[in-house]
Amino acid sequence: MDQAHWLPIIWACIASFTILAYITLDGFDLGVGMLFAVEGEKHDRDVMVNTVAPVWDGNETWLILGGAALYGVFPVAYSTILPALYPPIIAMLLALIFRGVAFEFRFRAETKRGQAIWDFAFFGGSLVAGFAQGLILGGLIQGIKVVNGQYAGGWWDWLTGFSIFCGIATVIGYALLGACWLVWRTGGELQTRVRRQAKLLAAITLALIVVVSLWTPTLNLTYLRHWNVWPRMIYVAPVPVLVVLLALVFWRTIDDEGHHIAPLICALGWFFLCFTGLGISVWPFIVPPGINIWEASSPPSSQKFLLVGAAVLIPTILAYSAYAYYVFRGKVDTETHYH
Amino acid sequence: MTALDLARAQFGFTVAFHILFPAFSIGLAAYLAVLEGLWLKTGRQVYLDLFKYWLKIFSIGFAMGVVSGVVMSYEFGTNWSRFAQKAGPVLGPMLAYEVLTAFFLEAGFLGVMLFGMGRVGKKLHFAATCLVSIGTLISMTWILASNSWMQTPRGYTIEPGTGRFLPADWWAIIFNPSFPYRLVHMGLAAFLCVAFAVGAVGAFHLLRDRRLKRAPSEAVRVMFSMAMWMAAIVAPIQILAGDTQGLNTLQYQPAKIAAMEGDWTSEGHAPELLFGIPDMKAEKTRYKIEIPDLGSLILTHSLDGKVPGLKDYKPEDRPFSPLIFFTFRIMVAIGFLMFALGLFGLYQRWRGRFYESVWLHRFALIMAPSGFIALLCGWITTEVGRQPYTVYGLLRTTDSVSPIALPGIATSMVAFVVVYFVVFGAGLAFILRLMNASPQSNESGPSPHEPIRTAGIHPGPAQGRPKTGGSTPYSSPAE
Repeated sequence: MDQAHWLPIIWACIASFTILAYITLDGFDLGVGMLFAVEGEKHDRDVMVNTVAPVWDGNETWLILGGAALYGVFPVAYSTILPALYPPIIAMLLALIFRGVAFEFRFRAETKRGQAIWDFAFFGGSLVAGFAQGLILGGLIQGIKVVNGQYAGGWWDWLTGFSIFCGIATVIGYALLGACWLVWRTGGELQTRVRRQAKLLAAITLALIVVVSLWTPTLNLTYLRHWNVWPRMIYVAPVPVLVVLLALVFWRTIDDEGHHIAPLICALGWFFLCFTGLGISVWPFIVPPGINIWEASSPPSSQKFLLVGAAVLIPTILAYSAYAYYVFRGKVDTETHYH
Repeated sequence: MTALDLARAQFGFTVAFHILFPAFSIGLAAYLAVLEGLWLKTGRQVYLDLFKYWLKIFSIGFAMGVVSGVVMSYEFGTNWSRFAQKAGPVLGPMLAYEVLTAFFLEAGFLGVMLFGMGRVGKKLHFAATCLVSIGTLISMTWILASNSWMQTPRGYTIEPGTGRFLPADWWAIIFNPSFPYRLVHMGLAAFLCVAFAVGAVGAFHLLRDRRLKRAPSEAVRVMFSMAMWMAAIVAPIQILAGDTQGLNTLQYQPAKIAAMEGDWTSEGHAPELLFGIPDMKAEKTRYKIEIPDLGSLILTHSLDGKVPGLKDYKPEDRPFSPLIFFTFRIMVAIGFLMFALGLFGLYQRWRGRFYESVWLHRFALIMAPSGFIALLCGWITTEVGRQPYTVYGLLRTTDSVSPIALPGIATSMVAFVVVYFVVFGAGLAFILRLMNASPQSNESGPSPHEPIRTAGIHPGPAQGRPKTGGSTPYSSPAE
């Protein structure tokens, strides 16, 4: 077996899994933060934060893993994508600072004003982080100019109609995940309200998925070829079909008092399918349009060294992360007091 | 001012802010594990009270460490893309291992540690606390391995054409020659940071109780006593550890030693400068106050040992002496002050005036930030002393920087400075307010009235915390 061929493929799969884990897990955290905008009661906002408080830190760690793995496994991608998308990345990092500390600070603030400031930091941090992540995604998909292995574009190359559209789509998508998460983890009037919000957000999300699916292939001829060339169509045809099937399930369960987790699973499914569709479009490029995963790779000695650990550690991490979710399972009840 | 200067300033600023929180978390997590262990072993309420008291402070410090750490994992690429591309094959996997073995462990069990006491039982909870503490130590180990490799690179080959560092022997990369010394020095530094912070909080409450003419609580006395034992035992060990790291640096990075000492000519019987102002242009150190032969004695452990001078190196290969000459001296001076406080504590203990000696408590109080200041000075010394290289002797800083334009990096620099001062200033204020409150019997811990991350049916009346007023805002009725 040729290591230099297979190791990058394996690592591309692990890296994709890491990014997907991040955007789904921290996606609902950030979405909960965005929904702060429409919940006026401090009481309800506290419940919302409490649903994600014990797990957000682990969710965000997937982002750090994404950065570190890219650095170690695809250093050429790491060292071209980050300078190219410097402004949205810095914006995301700063926004995540506000979001992260707000978990602690909003309960420590003693005055009404202090609480309002950190509530806004939680909302604003979540919103800006989500938007910036969409910009980063859009900026990457539309292509990055690289000469001699270094970013060779300008300061504002990432800012286009497409990347802004991706930013908005990501915000809406995250808010949908957040709303569906809250359907699962809360009850009472708050749950009724988030069910309504989830319905609206789902409708917009589906519309955005249609637009982005039509828009992406026009950016680059290779992308288009990946979708409409026989026999590749066979692999990709199920993607739109499944999106529609999930939509049917979503609308059957969203208003049904008996269903709590189904809408979340549908929303996660949409994210998974969009992500897969994206993968099909971009494969095997990691820095479109010019650098593929083999060109971006570190040597096999690096990739093998890390693969040994990742093979053991990622399943272990998934197991104990699941345990943490299990420990803090159940509805977070607005009426329950400490006993 | 060039883009390189700003990239360095920005990285230095963010990493200097960041390192304070992990150091605090490393030391405090270990302290919390000890407290909970003592509570399980002895069943004494005071240990549980102290555990819950410091746990609230830990949760804030940890959150700030996480968010400032995310920045670091991306800044290698944004600011140092050419470095990332060349050294990524060696350093990237080590950072990824840090995330896989340490960050997930900490994050996974932090929730249980902070809010799970009522959900998982005492022993499992203690296990969670220990895992968080172990996670912080593993994290430190990987970071020190990476940093040490940049100081004393081993186990690599350089790819012709691209100039990339290719890993050849991972064992040699990780256990590079300066790694064990740095690891010990940093680990002890983290413990000392927390020991002196805890000691200062204890001293503050002892002084206040004395002023208010009330007897200090057992919790205050226990925390002060534990901290002073740490000072007495760990401070002298740290001085020895620093000395051995100095010998190691002399062996592998003599130019750094010359810059730290402000020595220009290589000589035996070298004096030790107590003060001076190194002048990089004139190639001499002005206003020297020196002790004959001591430089040789400290660095080589013999009076006539040869000590390097900066003139042995080409001007463009010299680290910036005027900065690290001072940061090094401040660090050493604080080390000896810590040692002095440890001895003073032992003396007062022996005299039986340990909880009464106002001067001991005042001394301990002003030493509150000493660990953190020494830590920063030490890191500045070793990092600036590595210049003008990022990978020592092999890759220059000028060849490491990203192709980012000046205005962009200047804008983000301003943003970082403003955000860090606002956010971490607020965090520090919250921590100080928690420290200002006296530890209570049946200390509430983070969950009951302050459902920071609490979830589920058990903890929170999600209403923020009730006003109980007075000097004991965190007291709560027994459950």
